[in-house]
Amino acid sequence: MKNIVTIGGGIAGIEVASLLSGLGYEVTLMEKAPELGGKIQNYNVLFPNFRHASEIKEYLFNKCKNNGFDIHTNTEIVDIVKKNGKFLIRAKNNKTFRSDAVIITTGFEFFDARKKEEYGYKIYDNVITSVDLEEKFKNAKKILTAKGKIPERIAFIHCVGSRDEKSGNHYCSKVCCITGVKQAIELREMLPDSEIFCFYIDLRMYAQSYEELYRSAQENYSIQFIRGRLSEVSGNFDESLLIKAEDTLSGRPLKMNVDLLVLLVGMEPGSGTTSLGKSCKLNFDSSGFLKAKDVHTKRNFSSKEGIFIAGTCSCPMSVNDTLENARSAAIEIHNYFKNK
Amino acid sequence: MNEFGFDIHDTRTIDFEQFDGRLLEYVLKLEPSFRVCLSCGGCTATCSAGNLIDFNIRKLNLLIRRGETDGLEKEINKCMLCGKCMLVCPRGINIRNVIMLIKKGIVKYKTEAKPAIKQYHYA
Amino acid sequence: MKKEGKQNIWKDYQKEIADNNYYFQRSCIRQNFFPGSENAFLKILTEELGKNIYDDARQTTCTGIGYHSDIIPFETIQTVVARHFALMTEMGFQNFVISCVTSFGIYSEVVETWKEFPEEEEKARNFLKKATGREFKIPENMTHASDIIYKFRDDIFSKRKYSLVNAKTGKPLKIVEHIGCHYAKIFPEKGVGGAEFPQVLSGMIESWGGEVIDYPERRHCCGFGFRHYLIMADRGYSVANSRKKFQSMEPYEPDAIICNCPGCTMFMDKWQYVIAEMENKTYGLNGTGVPVLTYEELAGLVLGYDPWDLGLQMHQVSCDSFLDKMQIEYDPALKYRGVNGKELETPVNSGCMC
Repeated sequence: MKNIVTIGGGIAGIEVASLLSGLGYEVTLMEKAPELGGKIQNYNVLFPNFRHASEIKEYLFNKCKNNGFDIHTNTEIVDIVKKNGKFLIRAKNNKTFRSDAVIITTGFEFFDARKKEEYGYKIYDNVITSVDLEEKFKNAKKILTAKGKIPERIAFIHCVGSRDEKSGNHYCSKVCCITGVKQAIELREMLPDSEIFCFYIDLRMYAQSYEELYRSAQENYSIQFIRGRLSEVSGNFDESLLIKAEDTLSGRPLKMNVDLLVLLVGMEPGSGTTSLGKSCKLNFDSSGFLKAKDVHTKRNFSSKEGIFIAGTCSCPMSVNDTLENARSAAIEIHNYFKNK
Repeated sequence: MNEFGFDIHDTRTIDFEQFDGRLLEYVLKLEPSFRVCLSCGGCTATCSAGNLIDFNIRKLNLLIRRGETDGLEKEINKCMLCGKCMLVCPRGINIRNVIMLIKKGIVKYKTEAKPAIKQYHYA
Repeated sequence: MKKEGKQNIWKDYQKEIADNNYYFQRSCIRQNFFPGSENAFLKILTEELGKNIYDDARQTTCTGIGYHSDIIPFETIQTVVARHFALMTEMGFQNFVISCVTSFGIYSEVVETWKEFPEEEEKARNFLKKATGREFKIPENMTHASDIIYKFRDDIFSKRKYSLVNAKTGKPLKIVEHIGCHYAKIFPEKGVGGAEFPQVLSGMIESWGGEVIDYPERRHCCGFGFRHYLIMADRGYSVANSRKKFQSMEPYEPDAIICNCPGCTMFMDKWQYVIAEMENKTYGLNGTGVPVLTYEELAGLVLGYDPWDLGLQMHQVSCDSFLDKMQIEYDPALKYRGVNGKELETPVNSGCMC
């Protein structure tokens, strides 16, 4: 009976573990936090159809119940060593595990917006990130400025920490544009009279229903899109913020006062992904994520035999892409053992 | 007053605090399809007038959304109302109607006083 | 605005500032507009702080204004820079302290160029040897004079006679700080606090009891330019930049503006008069303009030096309101008297308030 260790208990990890378990393997799932679920626990509704993130969590947890596998929470993996064809996996608390294959699903982290000092995150009270806003949506908090008034004008800023040499990330984080449109629509439903702007460079509406959602945002929700990159944020005499961008489509600089500024932060490789990958000497992409052996034919294979990857540890992905990627990893691992 | 030999330049920044939105609101109310313009420039590319004289319908439509209506009356009359832009528009906007409404709106608001623009209150 | 956020950024941009044994590089135009400043700097360093600083009479202008106006070629300015380094080396110093922000930008730029293109350094050495017979070493530490005052701001405060507090109300004075563009915008790591939230002047103001104002156009250039300002017809562009700053700081009701660059101080000071004449608009609470000071003048006031020795009477916008707020003792009758009480002419009031 072959056993497999899954490192990372987010949606990718749970999906791949339950599928492999259903195929008859002995699976152990490790998660460094006290609970399973990863980032999806912090989301309110998911694009493109605004279904509740908790439904996905429920779907996955039911799978856990139906296809039993060992779960170790509060267990952070620091090292994987191959010896005599088997993997020796060591946790921070020095517990060790053995397996015939390993799948890494350690996920991503959000870009720390404090690095973009000119955007004033943690300097001006009314600058928040999309993560902060999602938390307010999830906990049904009223959207108010720091001094407690209803914001009359809100701006979303795209590409914070992505496509930006100064932040160290050249790549596009793919899902922030659609997150911006989704959050703008959610915000409109809570604040019917406010002006809502999205400052973008390119709108990446790549997947099914995204473009239609963008059109709907303009048509039905009065979201205004301005093409121009934010250059700087300053604080006004009252608590509002002065933002400057160029309205590139008219070729003129633009400034406006906003009551609330939302930074759409990109995805970065998680610290667990980076440290684990380094200690196993896996190959990384130029973006810093784990490199797949072949982008078309071996997306779930890492550079080392027997170590597989799935989910956002390999590149930015949406929730449905992550689940698909995890399912493909399960079948690849199954075939790997069949062909050995 | 002393003549120093120069003028103090005015800013060319689009200032949202000086936004005169009357024309935009008028057009959007009567031609709601105008909401979904994404400034792709297809209209300007095919425009009969625009390929011969300095007339950029994409830019004019954009400037109305920024409250910049100075000199609009002269510019908008350059449109020949040929309708080629509507054949191209990927979002299906009735651009001819937008232009007619702009012309009507300009006449309508010419006689009205400009509303007080929101200014900052110094405490 | 949250202080902790800014302080995190300041921690990233801290630079090495030498402790003692400085070679002083004066500014060419500063001494015309703000005559007391450089002397105050030397006095503070030698008498109050007991430092060793050398004032060389053989210096020339760094030719920064000429270089930025495309009049002086790059090779020439490199040789001028090389000559000043040679003078420093001959006197046995390694710490170069620069009074003007434009100069600071020039010296930094030249040293960086020499790092990336050693052949340029070779050329400069050659030219200098042929022209003057001198040889030079690149300074180990190169700072701006405001960095030195920043470094010793607490020592200065410990010897204070006054602090930056409104003596009547007891509240800290509200002060706008304006950093010259060439201080941190070219090489952010060479400015204390970086380019977005520079700390060099705000650190001084806060240590001395004042309150720094954060207004939206804080980072904006004063408009000095160089070639933009040379020709009279272009100056409308320059003054528009300063006016933008004045409009932005107006709601905060500042008591004074502090700058560390000679051009900026001159602009902030003199443009208020021009705007008052051209647009009938005066900034500042009493409608008499916002006083503009250099950081050495501010340090001098804190230490209790006589305002007329510091040269405050030469400012366009009268500093009297600022002195009165701090309740500094001074003799108004001596304002327009020269050395040894000599009678000088008094300025003519053109009818506008500043």
